[in-house]
Amino acid sequence: MSVLRKNSVLPGFNLAMGFTLLYLSLIVLIPLSATFIKTASLGWGGFWQVITTPRVLASYKLTFSAALIGAGINTVFGLLIAWVLVRYEFFGKKVIDAIVDLPFALPTAVAGISLATIYSTKGWVGQLFAPLGVKIAYTPLGVVVALTFIGLPFVVRTVQPVLEEFEVELEEAAASLGATRLQTFLKVIFPTLWPALLTGFALAFARAVGEYGSVIFIAGNIPMVSEITPLLIITKLEQYDYAGATALASSMLIVSFILLLAINLLQWWGQHRHTKH
Amino acid sequence: MSVAVAIPQSSPGQVHSRLANREPAWVRWTLISLALVFLTGFLVLPLAVVFSQAFSKGWSVYASALVESNALAAIRLTLLVAAISVPLNLVFGLSAAWAIAKFDFSGKSLLITLIDLPFSVSPVVSGLIYVLMFGLQGWFGGWLADHDIKIIFAVPGIVMATIFVTFPFVARELIPLMQAQGTDEEEAAIVLGASGWQTFWRVTLPNIKWGLLYGVILSNARAMGEFGAVSVVSGHIRGLTNTIPLHVEILYNEYNSAAAFAVASLLALLALVTLALKSFLEWRLHASITPSK
Repeated sequence: MSVLRKNSVLPGFNLAMGFTLLYLSLIVLIPLSATFIKTASLGWGGFWQVITTPRVLASYKLTFSAALIGAGINTVFGLLIAWVLVRYEFFGKKVIDAIVDLPFALPTAVAGISLATIYSTKGWVGQLFAPLGVKIAYTPLGVVVALTFIGLPFVVRTVQPVLEEFEVELEEAAASLGATRLQTFLKVIFPTLWPALLTGFALAFARAVGEYGSVIFIAGNIPMVSEITPLLIITKLEQYDYAGATALASSMLIVSFILLLAINLLQWWGQHRHTKH
Repeated sequence: MSVAVAIPQSSPGQVHSRLANREPAWVRWTLISLALVFLTGFLVLPLAVVFSQAFSKGWSVYASALVESNALAAIRLTLLVAAISVPLNLVFGLSAAWAIAKFDFSGKSLLITLIDLPFSVSPVVSGLIYVLMFGLQGWFGGWLADHDIKIIFAVPGIVMATIFVTFPFVARELIPLMQAQGTDEEEAAIVLGASGWQTFWRVTLPNIKWGLLYGVILSNARAMGEFGAVSVVSGHIRGLTNTIPLHVEILYNEYNSAAAFAVASLLALLALVTLALKSFLEWRLHASITPSK
């Protein structure tokens, strides 16, 4: 290992690196590869058969579309919240800023039962929609609500620092050249926020695709209608269908890895653009 | 500086009209209201309903839900799991950050990505991977059964799943902080004759204490609140393998809503304390980085 290291007077590289790699392998790398090795024993045909049954396909459709809608809602409102927090002064701003991270801090099971309570037809918010014939809890809409909750901080926290560092002089220049406020926003401010917005969207989407705890209480969990893929993995485990559960888990891991790669590329792009300015 | 601040305070109206980067008041207030309505519906109400439901049947129901023996067992188990997993990840975070931030080597960004990996894995999959290793059908399942060692549906499995989901917190907090602080102070200490451990305890640790605490707070909140991963490996045995979030689930599914929310209120309080500490530490961290720049 010390072959890789460039000269340094500081000690402890071998010990720290050795422990890091050992711990990483034991906790993360070996267990994760176990999943793929177990899936490989199914063979390509067996894997394909498990992940293309109608019930699994319905769960993919729900999981990905709800995650997409949730991340989309969070992109719009995340930008709005970041803008309001950076640009305006109002009473309670500090508290609002702190509470944006609540979805990171509140255990998902607690979020799940409270969202289910609020958005049921008798709940604080659900009763406002019930007369319109809109049921939120125990329908796919409930899944969207839970996934919106869980992804809320991501866009706010990626856009906020970019907005804070944005040079006001650019806006003043645009205004003095005759641009309206809306033109300035769309043509001067928005283009610099673009990478951060996309990164936040991807982070929220990645988190939402795998989410379990906050969803199962509000979803209703009806097969083919409101059953998300992580729940289906648990169902298969409870039926001792280990091969099926593993195949589904592998398909989700592949999606996670692709998303992780995309997020890393987006962040690199954002930083790269940033240094040019 | 003081002059520049004093002028707008004396005539705010004039200054507003001069600023080109200001929206009209009605736009500002519409945007603020929209943001507040959204945050109320998605954050404030879910938090408020926990406490409103918890006390919906009065104090005595609330208190008895908390002191009931299965609830106490769940609280004890949650504390035990956090007490094991957080320190282990703390040691890992320190050693990973020391190797990554203080030395140059190839493959560094790959290593950082691998450390972040658990964050992008679904909680359910995080539990499943340990079932595949240590469950009856798993790699070591037969051997473990022969030696009468239980990992899955027992406390060791819960601890492992919790370590996995909280794995990156401390490391990802410390790596950028220690990279920003550089190696000058440590090098000076070594050159002046300090040993490696002395340098670490007396120079590095005081410099990173706020960042370290930040990572520990976040990792503790996740360890105590984890649901999906733990639910896969726990087996839901009352009084034995139920953590607080799993106990909340069972009570809720039994339509014992007041008790479920009473126990959930403990976790909500933990979340509020975590957020408060987090804000405080962000302020301290900011202070500890700014002067050195």
